[in-house]
Amino acid sequence: MTNHWVDIKNADLVLVMGGNAAEAHPCGFKWVIEAKKDRKAKLVVVDPRFTRSAAVSDYYAPIRSGSDIAFLGGVINYLLTNDKIHHDYVKAYTNASFLIDEGYKFEDGFFSGYNPEKRSYAKDTWKYQTDKDGYAKVDPTLQDPRCAFQLMKQHYSRYTPELVSKVTGTPKDAFLKVCEHIAETAAPNKTMTICYALGWTQHSVGSQNIRTMAMIQLLLGNMGMAGGGINALRGHANVQGITDMCLYSEVLPGYLAAPTDADKNWAEFVDKRTPKTLRPNQMNYGQNFSKWATSLMKAWYGAAATDKNDYAYDWLPKKDAAYDVLAIFERMHQGKMNGFLCQGFNPLASVSNKKKVGDAMAKLKYLVVIDPLATDTSEFWKPHGEFNEADPAKIQTEVFRLPANLFAEESGSFTNSGRVIQWHWKAADGPGESKGDIEIMAGLFLKLKEMYAKDGGKLPEPILNLTWPHRIAAKPSPEELLMEISGKALGEVLDPKDKTKVLAKPGEQLAGFAQLRDDGSTACGNWIYGGCWSQAGNLTARRDNSDPSGLGQTLNWGYAWPANRRILYNRASCDVSGKPWDPKRAVIKWSGTAWGGNDVPDMRPDAAPDENVMPFIMTAEGVARLFAPALAEGPFPEHYEPFETPLDRNPFHPNNPKAVSNPAARVYKGDMEVFGKAKDFPYVATTYRLVEHFHFWTKHARINAVLQPEQFVEIGEELAKEKGIANGDKVKVRSNRGFIKAVAVVTKRIKALDVDGKKVHTVGIPLHWGFKGVAKPGYITNTLTPFVGDANSQTPEFKAFLVNIEKA
Amino acid sequence: MQVTRRQFFKVCGAGLSGSSIALMGFSPAPALAEVRSFKLARATETRNMCPYCSVSCGVLIYTTGDKSKNAKADIIHIEGDPDNPVNRGTLCPKGAGLLDMVKSPNRLKWPEVREPGSSEWKRISWDDAISRIATHMKKDRDANLVEKNAEGVTVNRWNTTGFLASSAAGNEAGYLTVKILRGLGAVALDTQARI
Repeated sequence: MTNHWVDIKNADLVLVMGGNAAEAHPCGFKWVIEAKKDRKAKLVVVDPRFTRSAAVSDYYAPIRSGSDIAFLGGVINYLLTNDKIHHDYVKAYTNASFLIDEGYKFEDGFFSGYNPEKRSYAKDTWKYQTDKDGYAKVDPTLQDPRCAFQLMKQHYSRYTPELVSKVTGTPKDAFLKVCEHIAETAAPNKTMTICYALGWTQHSVGSQNIRTMAMIQLLLGNMGMAGGGINALRGHANVQGITDMCLYSEVLPGYLAAPTDADKNWAEFVDKRTPKTLRPNQMNYGQNFSKWATSLMKAWYGAAATDKNDYAYDWLPKKDAAYDVLAIFERMHQGKMNGFLCQGFNPLASVSNKKKVGDAMAKLKYLVVIDPLATDTSEFWKPHGEFNEADPAKIQTEVFRLPANLFAEESGSFTNSGRVIQWHWKAADGPGESKGDIEIMAGLFLKLKEMYAKDGGKLPEPILNLTWPHRIAAKPSPEELLMEISGKALGEVLDPKDKTKVLAKPGEQLAGFAQLRDDGSTACGNWIYGGCWSQAGNLTARRDNSDPSGLGQTLNWGYAWPANRRILYNRASCDVSGKPWDPKRAVIKWSGTAWGGNDVPDMRPDAAPDENVMPFIMTAEGVARLFAPALAEGPFPEHYEPFETPLDRNPFHPNNPKAVSNPAARVYKGDMEVFGKAKDFPYVATTYRLVEHFHFWTKHARINAVLQPEQFVEIGEELAKEKGIANGDKVKVRSNRGFIKAVAVVTKRIKALDVDGKKVHTVGIPLHWGFKGVAKPGYITNTLTPFVGDANSQTPEFKAFLVNIEKA
Repeated sequence: MQVTRRQFFKVCGAGLSGSSIALMGFSPAPALAEVRSFKLARATETRNMCPYCSVSCGVLIYTTGDKSKNAKADIIHIEGDPDNPVNRGTLCPKGAGLLDMVKSPNRLKWPEVREPGSSEWKRISWDDAISRIATHMKKDRDANLVEKNAEGVTVNRWNTTGFLASSAAGNEAGYLTVKILRGLGAVALDTQARI
């Protein structure tokens, strides 16, 4: 979230699309209800199902799953043709005025630079025109036909209400009604917040779904405002924190792009990741990369990382290929992996195409499952009747299962969706011999270290030199670890403006990431968490919930990253001169000498407005991007069909069969072949979650299993009638990868839609069942789902695929 | 006079009202002990957080005992923390069932191994489990760590053992996990967060 949970109460319009907060995040959704009650805010819900969020909305519009960009692109067209944008904001704070390279174009579904063999783009034309100093050229009048604003206008002019309705199945009048609601927040003192979740991310165009909305929020001037922003309602209690710690291959803690084979030494590594400022006077905060990276290497390798050995750069593994979860299972399926450890993750249930995942794990030498619960994954080798057919005698994988603790059994911090890091305290020991994840990982590491010290082996240095400053080596404390994450001084940290002034003495905790240095004098495990444990102590454990501004900022409750800032880009909540667009909800303002107010300013505190330092300090331009070259499938989001589409064409590009689905998405050999076709699988399926269950966990908890005991699928009355299915009948749902059986629940909540001249039905599939648990055993829903992901994040396409359904 | 709970209700059922019996000093101790306020008054309160969705609701966990050394804490009740500015004391149907998650009969209690080709689990000690897993990891790493790529560039990557990290682990466990894995040279690592 760029904003935070309580801030939702400050909105004038809440759009819930690509999510169902009333059921998936009920205690956060209460702030939507507060906004409705206290501010008379409106709630608009766009979803394939009439969800419980829709049930309390002011307006609901149905949409075909997988057509969100068509809808949102249509909203952009509506805002531009009806002149419902926040002009001053767009001109000053976005790259609308930037001139784009003459070679950039969009034709028949492809952007310039497409290579169909590689299924990827060369991006050399997706860039700004630059002047002799390397700065981007701009046209403040927005009239130049090559400026981003004009190109955007041209791009979305094709998204007419008629075509939008044809592609999305949303009736035209309903689409226009939603547009009218959204357009009202173009007024400088009105804001819309968007609450989305997996309904946007789990598509082969997931990142672009969100980007289209970001463009809308920029056109309306809603970024940085109280009650505005782009708000991802995330899945687990610490999914944000684990993302920030970067337990994935592309990045190192704090989103530092991980080194690849192309980065031959430290200088190259740092240089390529240090952006060049693209407009005069901008902060371009990313230019501090070397300070964050050096401090990370000092945290990991201490005295063994020096400027003489490139801060131990050689010891960092260099990435040569994709290693996201789909890529890992693809490699495993090809027999290229020997071992696999799952920590609190149940991939047999959570990853697409269960059969492929199970077959892949059967090729391993060893599998280690670290979990509080007996998961389905840990028993992939064991027959569980029709729900898991397996022959243990044929599976040679050695499987270990290690008992881990739950939240109640350990202390530590979680980071919520609003980036607030909060400490929690241990209440009791776990059952039996269970241990915390920290102790388990420490045990494994110390055993390996002992073996490398005693027996030698390949490259022992990074193992033997990894810092381990823990009082009890086998049991590092969460307090010690959070202090390491937050950062400390190794040498004296001096004030760059006055070198006689010492900001931090050796051994002291640092006040924040601004004190990090690239000369080896600071250590910091994750720069964005810098300062969360300062000399003042553990700021994540603060419990002062006072809220003097009334905006719900609670600046002394826990600690929000970065720098305890609660609303990102909050400089944009003021006009160019530093006056709040809405004085009644002022987040910060310029006092005449400094920025300040009800939040930590997202701006250099003494940057006077006439210095023209723009609010989006993390971009090299200083402004937000309407035209964004970073994404894989194009600088402007374009509608592509899901890989399994009920249509035989992309109505936006009816004559280009190669532009039906995302041209830049990665598809493995063997997976393309098992995409289903509409003639065999005529219905759109979408997975969803129930208010009584949490993923695949609560099937192990008795009360939740009592509340929702048995697997079901939801279909509309019309489809039920066509197929002769009655409420309560057992049905079989098939995709081209397998089938599940479940009880049919026939409702009025899912209706058939008219799409491109066809009637399209949707089958809703809740996903909480499996063969382990105290709920009635059920089929794993991901037996059905396709093995393809978003081209940028590789998040699998769980939300739009094709099935058939019949009475079982 | 000692009366069991069952006898107490039997007597009540015979026509006397419970409150009047209590007024007469005729109250069964176990029945009063079941009144919720009494149970929690003797419990220790610990501030924690719901591990489910990312609202990360504050919860209060009540345990038996007073944290003295010989009193083993047992979790008896979990409810929303009214001080938490986001959930303000509320919990949803998922969070309201947290006690049953903590007490799930499917909690793992000790390390186990399923040997190749076997159809059952076997209980093993922690030492045994850690030694066997570390031996597997070292053998695979020593055999497959790539020190230099085809161009002779130092790459030091180990991509034949993979790791999937939890989104339910705390920041500290996550950080230590990534520090260890990168130290070992792992590149095949991912997290629940992607999904």
